[in-house]
Amino acid sequence: MTIRSLFFASYRDLAGTGELVLTLSASSTVADLVAQLRASSRTLALLPAAPAVAVNMTYAPLETALRDGDEVAFIPPVAGG
Amino acid sequence: MATPSDGAVLLFWGVVRNQNEGREVNGLEYEAYAEMAEAKLRGIVTEAAQRWGVGEIAVVHRVGKLNVGEASVGIAVAAPHREDAYEASRYVIEELKRRVPIWKREHYLDGPSAWLGGAVPEPEVPA
Repeated sequence: MTIRSLFFASYRDLAGTGELVLTLSASSTVADLVAQLRASSRTLALLPAAPAVAVNMTYAPLETALRDGDEVAFIPPVAGG
Repeated sequence: MATPSDGAVLLFWGVVRNQNEGREVNGLEYEAYAEMAEAKLRGIVTEAAQRWGVGEIAVVHRVGKLNVGEASVGIAVAAPHREDAYEASRYVIEELKRRVPIWKREHYLDGPSAWLGGAVPEPEVPA
């Protein structure tokens, strides 16, 4: 399946980009995506093992099953205001 | 903003300060996942309005580079009574800081800028 990953703030610095599109095997979870990303580059290896994520703009646990075309936003600790 | 039945109108400004934890700050740079941030803010405003029966709540948050003294967030609440206005306003700013996808990079006089840490939002749905 194809998954769109979004990176913001400090995580965008690690990814070197705000967006990556990856292909994952069927029945992958967010945790699988995180593992694939952390293995993909020296800097992304610094992405936390259990980052907060939003799947299609809803905060979701790492065990969440992904579907083709889902958007996974990687959310650094938030600091608004 | 206020309707004739509102006896209290409360305005909160969050303003960029010149120092944080002892370091001289000369500006902040805000970034947001705008579409999601707006949706989360609307949800927080709805929660506050229902919980405290306020008349009207407006929230604005700026992004980009802000200088010391500039407002980054504004929250206006109109309510029949002041107690509801104060509590609703406090709820909105606390929830904004807890779960709205906005980040800030602090710029210092002495050294490179740095993204500030903050709150880790909780999952909204079970696995």
